[in-house]
Amino acid sequence: MQKLVVLKSRAVPLPAENIDTDQIIPARFLKSIDRKGFGENLFRDWRFNIHTGEPNPDFVLNNPKFSGEILVAGNNFGCGSSREHAAWSLTDYGFKVIISSYFADIFKGNALNNGLLPVKVSEEFLKEILEGIYENPNNEIAIDVELQSVSFKDTTETFELDSYKKICLLNGYDDIDYLISKKQAIEQFEQKTQKYEQQLF
Amino acid sequence: MDNIKKTLFDKVWDAHVVETVPDGPQIIYIDKHLIHEVTSPQAFAELEARNLEVFRPNQIVATADHNVPTLDQEKPIRDELSRNQVEQLTLNCRKNNIELYGLGHPYQGIVHIIAPELGITQPGMSIVCGDSHTSTHGAFGAIAFGIGTSQVAQVFASQCLLLDKPKSMRITVNGKLNENVQPKDVILYIISKIGTDGGTGYFCEYAGNVFEEMTMEGRMTVCNMSIEMGARGGMIAPDQTTFDYVKGRTFAPKGEEWTEKQAYWQTLKTDEGAVFDKELTFDASQIFPMITYGTNPGMGISVNEVIPVPQNESEEKALQYMGLKAGQEVSGIEVNHVFIGSCTNARIEDFRSAAQYIKGKNKSEKVKALIVPGSQQVVKQIYEEGLDKIFSDAGFQIRQPGCSACLAMNDDKIPEGEYCVSTSNRNFEGRQGQGARTILASPLTAAKAAIEGKISAFESLN
Repeated sequence: MQKLVVLKSRAVPLPAENIDTDQIIPARFLKSIDRKGFGENLFRDWRFNIHTGEPNPDFVLNNPKFSGEILVAGNNFGCGSSREHAAWSLTDYGFKVIISSYFADIFKGNALNNGLLPVKVSEEFLKEILEGIYENPNNEIAIDVELQSVSFKDTTETFELDSYKKICLLNGYDDIDYLISKKQAIEQFEQKTQKYEQQLF
Repeated sequence: MDNIKKTLFDKVWDAHVVETVPDGPQIIYIDKHLIHEVTSPQAFAELEARNLEVFRPNQIVATADHNVPTLDQEKPIRDELSRNQVEQLTLNCRKNNIELYGLGHPYQGIVHIIAPELGITQPGMSIVCGDSHTSTHGAFGAIAFGIGTSQVAQVFASQCLLLDKPKSMRITVNGKLNENVQPKDVILYIISKIGTDGGTGYFCEYAGNVFEEMTMEGRMTVCNMSIEMGARGGMIAPDQTTFDYVKGRTFAPKGEEWTEKQAYWQTLKTDEGAVFDKELTFDASQIFPMITYGTNPGMGISVNEVIPVPQNESEEKALQYMGLKAGQEVSGIEVNHVFIGSCTNARIEDFRSAAQYIKGKNKSEKVKALIVPGSQQVVKQIYEEGLDKIFSDAGFQIRQPGCSACLAMNDDKIPEGEYCVSTSNRNFEGRQGQGARTILASPLTAAKAAIEGKISAFESLN
């Protein structure tokens, strides 16, 4: 997993609320058996005209004024389907951090498993950040994972991050490594609860 | 210590904790892992890249459902990418000794329909699948939830997941349901009241006489849509209805084991006085047949109401996408498509209720009406009970099992700008095809729309 320690970057504003994973990556692009290449279809049906396939000039990713490794999105980002392809398409496109006032559970977990940091800020701060970016797209946002801080212009907020997940993110570890190191405890648990004897086939 | 009052969720969760990471999540043991063709290939690849084996293949069941065609399943899949994904699943299952109910198998079907009907889903279990509607299995008093592909790989490797214990929430609905109100209406009503993020961070228990009196099929419809209010999962305490449903199914415990298990399952209920982080109560008499008018499942109203004024830009955009206006009556909206299917409403009971209404009637000429059974077993029941004749006489097409037009990964797409009354679970923009306009409803309301060619209220409402 990609590690993330600090990041200072311009940001892309996308203030729509309840952005669901079907918008992030529509189901018809889930037919790949690889993890790569989803970035080109990120926000596909908002980003491209559904008839001509031409870039939709009104959509923020097609606006050369805005760029950066941080996406700033409206409330309840990532709701809907559990498809991890949503996280893959965001990282593949080049985002490392998503800022919103609220994240859907499964998306949050998927993002963290891919080194994509969901940063939850207050609604006021979200508004301030969005206004600040529209005012001057060169304004940068600073993220410090160790301090769990997000700073924009004169304001700094701290964000929640599980101490275990923080270690993973700072070092690029993932859950599989940890779980495998616990095999003995898992086997003991199986014996104690007779789980292993209850196999289906 | 035994005096601690526990919720149903606490009891099942605590029984699956292997270890707690200091200052971190808990290692949760997974009893059953369901997989399908779309969210598993990258997990198998990850395992291979790390040179790891599947730890407990006998606790995994696979099926092909998400992108399979619903016509000519006996022939090779025409779409190359879909075919490749389904073939990859077959290959991965063979290589790793995983039981696969693929196309052509008598147990094939939508993952959340087949596991309960085969008795794989049982009370008190922990069940995961790379699909958010895994919450369906909570209807049996199991902890069941959707996971991402990285987590699918974790379960492959260790039969465990690292998880923070979610907060607890209870939704109680008491009273008498109105005529023509189905379980789908109950859950659409709840989501319309609390919004698509009202349950985020929580695991939800449904309580009250309304759920106690529901069949298992109805309970599954309710728990299925828990994710649509943001909740990771939903649960209903197992009772006699649950035991009667599970007993005798292919993989259900038998003989002495059944007696032992049932005795344990009977303890799986929230203790009197247990405290939830959030409690909500609704009155059953306030619930009427529901439909959605927007682009998230929280944008729902009763069929006899008018579309409310948008409260923000996102809601405005939703109405624009749907081609609807504030103040407009939903009754009367003309529709071209009706889809009865999906993991929410493709069980035999759903088709029985639709057939009962349709019997002796003809669908509207302008409507294309699709019946997509949830599994091969449901198909069999439809034919055994003669429902197929009712549907075909009325002009409905009966297809083969799969997720179909719920997410339109196969050819079952709704054309741009057209309305589809759908018994599925999501009305997101483009969910049923680019530019498609989805109106979520119960099987009964959908059947009525197919006959009349428009959304309409039941007489008793007027």
